[in-house]
Amino acid sequence: MSPVLEVQGLRISFPGPDGARVIPVDGVSFSLERGETLALVGESGCGKSLTSLALLQLVPSPGRIDPGSVIRLGDTDVLALRGEALRRIRGRRIGMVFQDPMTSLNPVFTVGDQIMEGILAHFRMSRSTARERALDLLREVGIPDPAERLQAYPHQLSGGMRQRVMIAIALAAEPEILVADEPTTALDVTVQAQILEVLDRLQATRGMAVLLITHDLGIVAGRADRVAVMYAGQIVEETSTARLFANPSHPYTQGLFASVPRITGPLKRLNPIRGSVPAPAAWPSGCRFRPRCPKAFDKSELEPPLLPVEPDHRMRCWLAELDGTRKP
Amino acid sequence: MNPLLSVRDLVKHYHAGGLFGRAAPPVRAVNGVSFDVGQGETLALVGESGCGKSSVGRTILRLQEPTSGTAKFEGVDIFSLDRADLRALRRRMQIIFQDPYSSLNPRMRVGAAIAEGIEIHRLAPRQEIPHRVAALLEEVGLDPAYARRYPHEFSGGQRQRIGIARALAVQPAFIVCDEPVSALDVSVQAQVLNLLSDLQRQRGLSYLFIAHDLAVVRQIAHRIAVMYLGHIVEQGPTDSLLANPRHPYTVALLSAVPEPDPAIQRERIVLSGDLPSPSNPPSGCPFHTRCFHPLKNERCRTEMPLLRPVDRTLAACHYAESTPQPAGLGAA
Repeated sequence: MSPVLEVQGLRISFPGPDGARVIPVDGVSFSLERGETLALVGESGCGKSLTSLALLQLVPSPGRIDPGSVIRLGDTDVLALRGEALRRIRGRRIGMVFQDPMTSLNPVFTVGDQIMEGILAHFRMSRSTARERALDLLREVGIPDPAERLQAYPHQLSGGMRQRVMIAIALAAEPEILVADEPTTALDVTVQAQILEVLDRLQATRGMAVLLITHDLGIVAGRADRVAVMYAGQIVEETSTARLFANPSHPYTQGLFASVPRITGPLKRLNPIRGSVPAPAAWPSGCRFRPRCPKAFDKSELEPPLLPVEPDHRMRCWLAELDGTRKP
Repeated sequence: MNPLLSVRDLVKHYHAGGLFGRAAPPVRAVNGVSFDVGQGETLALVGESGCGKSSVGRTILRLQEPTSGTAKFEGVDIFSLDRADLRALRRRMQIIFQDPYSSLNPRMRVGAAIAEGIEIHRLAPRQEIPHRVAALLEEVGLDPAYARRYPHEFSGGQRQRIGIARALAVQPAFIVCDEPVSALDVSVQAQVLNLLSDLQRQRGLSYLFIAHDLAVVRQIAHRIAVMYLGHIVEQGPTDSLLANPRHPYTVALLSAVPEPDPAIQRERIVLSGDLPSPSNPPSGCPFHTRCFHPLKNERCRTEMPLLRPVDRTLAACHYAESTPQPAGLGAA
């Protein structure tokens, strides 16, 4: 089966000081099968959000997607598209939900207008049919009194309701892929549970593929089929969710797990990664995690490729080459 | 032993609008909250946005004036202090904010910002201050040479360390930590949590730790008070409250924490509906509009439940004895 989305060697650069280019996303490759959920996991500045924006050529200026990068939606070469052709796939092939619904919703239009805009941009139909569809969408994302809410403005809704509206807008043109960029990070935990339930249900009923961008391993655990962990602009570990949680192998992934406070199990002192993520202009040569890595060794001064750890499990760490006894 | 801080029946209402005619109903942020914090103890105030937890923290420091209630710190009534006495109190009680960047003066060098409190309270002779600042920076895990830099030169985690050094500069006994790690990445969050624990042990500090994340709170709090719509709905020792929650809201909050382990199957309770507005709270039990307790009835709609001992916590639910405990919930 061919993937619905394929990204190869994605490189995004920004002009840096003294003419050099800063490369916050450097050679990211992944693919997404129909109906699958892939999680891109990492901390601030790892390049996960920029990667998701690149999928629809939404990288903010003055950043650019460098030549040689490939983004394929089925047979469509996304990076070759311009103007109207590009607009036709935005929302239609890939729908997007962002962290903060208040800044993504237009405060001067009603909820109904904004959902209908998404429908009418891609389908030829009357306004009254579009309105019916908008109503169905609000129902589908679990908004009570949908007819009334259609007339509401964003500021009249709670954060959770706004995020439901954002999801309805993302679904308006029936995309085959939903990109959810930290969709619940700004929400309270009980509201987060509500929104995740909506996303899970929609994926099941619509068979959408989902690219879930998150920093929260807890959200990944219940949800993603596959996980790619990003650090300093690169994917550093990639495997199925079950394998990642059973056998986190890259020292950065292990550090993330040791840093997460847990609500169950024995209470242990957290064992955080030392230091903090350097800015893209200051990424070290060789393995980018080397200055913070408790397991760095002489070979870490060379840049590691993604190496196999076990079947269907790769990491960007030279430790993968060592025999079982010295494996992390 | 007397508690270091003792708060009784604290009420804080905000009166909004009214300038052009109609006065809006007050926002009832805090509605009669009582708790104690002992020497060297951490009490966590936990709840979601709008539950009133930050208002409690700010009111007991008199950053905002209370509507009513009492708060005693080392036996002194905080709410009746005049300006001079309040200044003396602020040496003993400090606060750390969620966003240290907005609480640091961008044009003041970090060293000067840390030294400010020492100077104001005349805690050290002038020539000794640089040494104090250096020692504080070292204590929070920063290079003493950073004293000459400006806040914008630092990462979020480093700024939070600066905020902590600044609070420690006046040698307080008590620190309100208002969501101190919420804005930080998980690896940095863990560093700051460990630092706060270490400082507590070394200096015998007491914390009022305001947070929304129960997993974070579990790492640092001795006791937890769960707030909902301006009320404490459950309060107790951390392990008891997490292992055996008695208020349905605590149960919901706990079950909503995403568990980073696919092997752990937990039943999730998803609350229906939105948080009611604090300016128009429900009658009776504040949680009854969203409660899933099978015994919920007319009494919940009319009669406000009071905090009362149930098992090893205090819970404000008429039917706390039979609150459902979903499978896999809580700290084993």
